[in-house]
Amino acid sequence: MHKYNLSYKSFGEKAILIEWPSKINETILHDILAFKKKIEQEVNLEDIIVGYNSLVLVSNFRIEKIEEKIGFLKKWYKLPLEIGIQKANHWEIPVCYDQHFSIDIEEVSQKNMITNNEVIKLHTSSVYTVYFVGFLPGFLYLGGLNSKLNTPRKDTPRLRIPKGAVAIGGSQTGVYPTESSGGWNIIGNSPISFFNVENTLPCFAKTGDKVSFKSISLDDYKKIKQKVEKKGTK
Amino acid sequence: MITVLKPGVYTTIQDLGRPGFAHIGVPVSGVMDSYSTKIGNQILKNELHDAVVEITFGGCQFQFNKDAWICITGADFYPTIKGNRLLMNTLIKVEKGTVLIFAKRVQGIRTYLCIKGGILSETVLKSKSFYKGVTSNFILKKGDKLAFRTATTEINETHSKVKIDATHFTSKSMVCTKGPEFDLLTEKEQTILIKSPFTISNDNNRVGYRLEEKLNTKLKAILTSGVLPGTVQLTPSGTLIVLMRDCQVTGGYPRVLQLSEMAINQLAQKTTGNQFWFDLKSF
Repeated sequence: MHKYNLSYKSFGEKAILIEWPSKINETILHDILAFKKKIEQEVNLEDIIVGYNSLVLVSNFRIEKIEEKIGFLKKWYKLPLEIGIQKANHWEIPVCYDQHFSIDIEEVSQKNMITNNEVIKLHTSSVYTVYFVGFLPGFLYLGGLNSKLNTPRKDTPRLRIPKGAVAIGGSQTGVYPTESSGGWNIIGNSPISFFNVENTLPCFAKTGDKVSFKSISLDDYKKIKQKVEKKGTK
Repeated sequence: MITVLKPGVYTTIQDLGRPGFAHIGVPVSGVMDSYSTKIGNQILKNELHDAVVEITFGGCQFQFNKDAWICITGADFYPTIKGNRLLMNTLIKVEKGTVLIFAKRVQGIRTYLCIKGGILSETVLKSKSFYKGVTSNFILKKGDKLAFRTATTEINETHSKVKIDATHFTSKSMVCTKGPEFDLLTEKEQTILIKSPFTISNDNNRVGYRLEEKLNTKLKAILTSGVLPGTVQLTPSGTLIVLMRDCQVTGGYPRVLQLSEMAINQLAQKTTGNQFWFDLKSF
């Protein structure tokens, strides 16, 4: 297991921030998850927030003697750590790239001097890694976008982006789980639900999982959407 | 039951929130001013996490359809029953049929209607706190009915009034510590941040408070990382945003300061145009 030079900082009265080098890559992700697992075995915390290169450990109480706590963390990190992910799932997400939804696809294709079809082809041919869930309940931060699709965020964010919108912002891509404001370029829409409190697991995907996108027709989109909505009203 | 006759501007049900769901991107939420609700629940001998009604900017009317013990804490919006002004932070017996009215503002902006036994409403992910997309309701509407547990234990009326820290509503000094990116600011930026007054803009709500004054900075965005209620973010355009209880779990803006729990509670009672200072303390 690769060992990094980590930094430990106090973050308010009841949290500690642990940082890895400022890079997005899977080796770091796996190290983060392995350390997270070790910490969870050792202490009972209110929450642990995963970022691209960080963990925020949130305590139930005000942290006293923070140097001592950081000392324990450093000691645990030096130990051989178990793998943090037990079972990574691969999710195939249906996306309709029809012009009905893909309102910003021209911006993505023009910016990268490719055709709209190539945008779809490239977007559906990568396997993405779920780094963490944040921004909104069920919003997956995905790594692995083909660099030929990189498109800057809009200067002025849209006030209303529809639920299910599939979008590109800089070198990232993601799906808006609910209606929200946002500055990413919309290239399609997924009919499936990314967050539902009725389910045992409100968000099906977790950190470390894989995701790929599958292009579907508008007809299939409507069929899946209908099924999802029926299920949601049960 | 309590019937909402007039819901006011923004009235929700809140408890101490739902920490522990960052892995699915769910905010902590919960009462904006936990100092005030703890007082209410203590006076009522409730559990500290019992749910209360959070009223922003008064303007509410509630009808009690059964006898209840209540305690009103937080902002004073001149609560009355049958024209009689009620004391804040005091145990009050309310009889069936009574209408409780919140009217003109005296101080603060968020009032808590705490009820013996706590409000009984839908629990989602271990909490009753309203949040759009998580709970089916996200705001109380006219005609909504609130259930509460019938008191089974006798309430001791002596010691039912507690001393309230008067500076809770007037303090302009918000105690905070350095945020993870504070040391990346230049010395000049740091000085401005901790020595100047800041004004709350009209963009302030349960998610965050945007401030009027900008901080000229060259600090760039960071890789998306965890944020907490009370985190003060600095955007590349120099705007400062103080995150509040409904804030998202991660963010990409540098985190320059972190408010203390008490400062979050105090800020929660301030609104558009109010000024304050960041009072930097070290551990």
